[in-house]
Amino acid sequence: MNHEKRSLEFYVLAIFFTIFVLFLYGPLSAIVILSFQGPDGGLTFPLNGVSLHWFANLFEKQAVGDFGASFQRSLILGIMVMIVTVVVSLLAGLAFRRRFRGSTFLFYATVASLVVPSIIISLGIGVVFQQGGLAPAWYSSAFGAHLTWTLPFGVLIMFAVFNRFSPAYEEAARDLGATSWQTFRHVVLPMIAPSLIGVGLFGFTLSYDEFARTLMTSGTYNTLPLEIYGMTTNVTTPVLYALGTVTTLFSFTIILLALAIMTMLGRRQAKKS
Amino acid sequence: MATIASSETDQATAKSGRSFRVPLGLVSYLQATPLFLILGFFFLLPIAMIGVVSFWDYDFAGLYPAFLTTNYTDTLGSWVTWKTYLNTLKFTVIVWGLTLFIGFWVAYFLAFHIRRTSTQMILFLVCTVPFMTSNIIRMISWIPVLGRNGLVNSTLIELGLIPKPIEWLLYSDFAVVLAMVHLYTLFMVTPIFNTLMRIDRSLFEAARDAGASGWQVLWNVVIPLAKPGMAIGSIFVVTLVMADFSTVQVMSGGQSASIALMMKNQMSLLQYPAAAANAVVLLVVVLLMVAAILRIVDIRKEL
Repeated sequence: MNHEKRSLEFYVLAIFFTIFVLFLYGPLSAIVILSFQGPDGGLTFPLNGVSLHWFANLFEKQAVGDFGASFQRSLILGIMVMIVTVVVSLLAGLAFRRRFRGSTFLFYATVASLVVPSIIISLGIGVVFQQGGLAPAWYSSAFGAHLTWTLPFGVLIMFAVFNRFSPAYEEAARDLGATSWQTFRHVVLPMIAPSLIGVGLFGFTLSYDEFARTLMTSGTYNTLPLEIYGMTTNVTTPVLYALGTVTTLFSFTIILLALAIMTMLGRRQAKKS
Repeated sequence: MATIASSETDQATAKSGRSFRVPLGLVSYLQATPLFLILGFFFLLPIAMIGVVSFWDYDFAGLYPAFLTTNYTDTLGSWVTWKTYLNTLKFTVIVWGLTLFIGFWVAYFLAFHIRRTSTQMILFLVCTVPFMTSNIIRMISWIPVLGRNGLVNSTLIELGLIPKPIEWLLYSDFAVVLAMVHLYTLFMVTPIFNTLMRIDRSLFEAARDAGASGWQVLWNVVIPLAKPGMAIGSIFVVTLVMADFSTVQVMSGGQSASIALMMKNQMSLLQYPAAAANAVVLLVVVLLMVAAILRIVDIRKEL
């Protein structure tokens, strides 16, 4: 099969795929280019000179609200969500390896949390906090709202990982006299480590970009996506694009970092065995 | 962490009869507790609360516990609601059809036409990475492309194909659909790619040997086996589009409506019970749609 001549189908689909990739990246590259617009330039092409004016503008408070502070909040929130998502998903993944009373209910509750419209969860948490006399804040109500979005992804990934995980390795470790903690630490954990990094990446990026669930739950201080969402209606300069370029670059860095760690862990695992 | 540790050996423990360790069932419960508590407080309780509040009375000053059905009769009795549902369903059907078509062929190309696993993974990542960046930024990025003086319009004018800019490219239903396809196609690609990769390739040879043409193989072998992936992708896309308010708001420039956008407006007017009644109706509709799709596939088996 590997030496078969490329068929017409291949070329048609290759073109289709290329157009799809252009469709994905084209608009994104447009705003990256336009963020280097000259100081007198507008929101559309052509470029009216090239400058870093709008990036500098980004750090002046009057231009874009308080970009630095909302970025900091989103960053901290993303890290909090990432850590909790990894730990809770791992524990739940281990729990789901056995059937227990209520496991089906918990599984479907997890899936439902993914399926229920974000704005409904946002409204619900907002009302619960209001009626409970609690002040909503990005680190409490929005934190919980993000978890209802990231945990289902994490749990389903761990569920899939453990579905394919052969218990033979653990049995072998036990036969060799390893304690349960040693088996987990030295056998199970290294094997699932790349998946855990993946869960962490999902947890962070989903939280960092989330705003439908944050809408009613963030309280007084906005997270970065809410700040950008507000800007879409009242900012009419390329500073919006500069902000888009910076946050997208940040997302790309995080993704590359996670991929690098995953490959490294995978290689180390391959070397050992 | 001790609870995890003991879970790994308690099978052995149970067999050998030394039962002073944490019993098997309890370990699973302990491990599942954090997930249950978080979902309980931030998901199940808020949904129940919405159900309760949807019967409450309200005015500009606050909410008053009551048992009124007016929130529902107001919502369901208004032709605006029905029109908005129709509009939301229209977006859902169009976006679902487009993402299913694009998603299937992209996944098909990646799964069957790319021969080297490393190339396959790289191309798959190329498709995945934009989906981990901000939805709003990806929406905004259409503005310089589709706007009145945007890339598409100025190119077409320069080529002499059109005399003046096309108005319906941005701030229209067209822009909403385009942005949604842009945002959500990966949710189709990934599950379909997953199921296609698991198809035993010898089935194709068997079908060919039995005299099937290329289209027959596609129609009778590939598509039936890809159905679970298509179903999972459909659940994602349908629920995301049904719940969308930001794409509709930004890309239609406020000229189109969706149910979630209607809810958002009610919330900003502090009409929580009205929004809650709307939420209950939307939730029922979405869950019915998911249940219909789930008749095709058992997700617990597919993971």
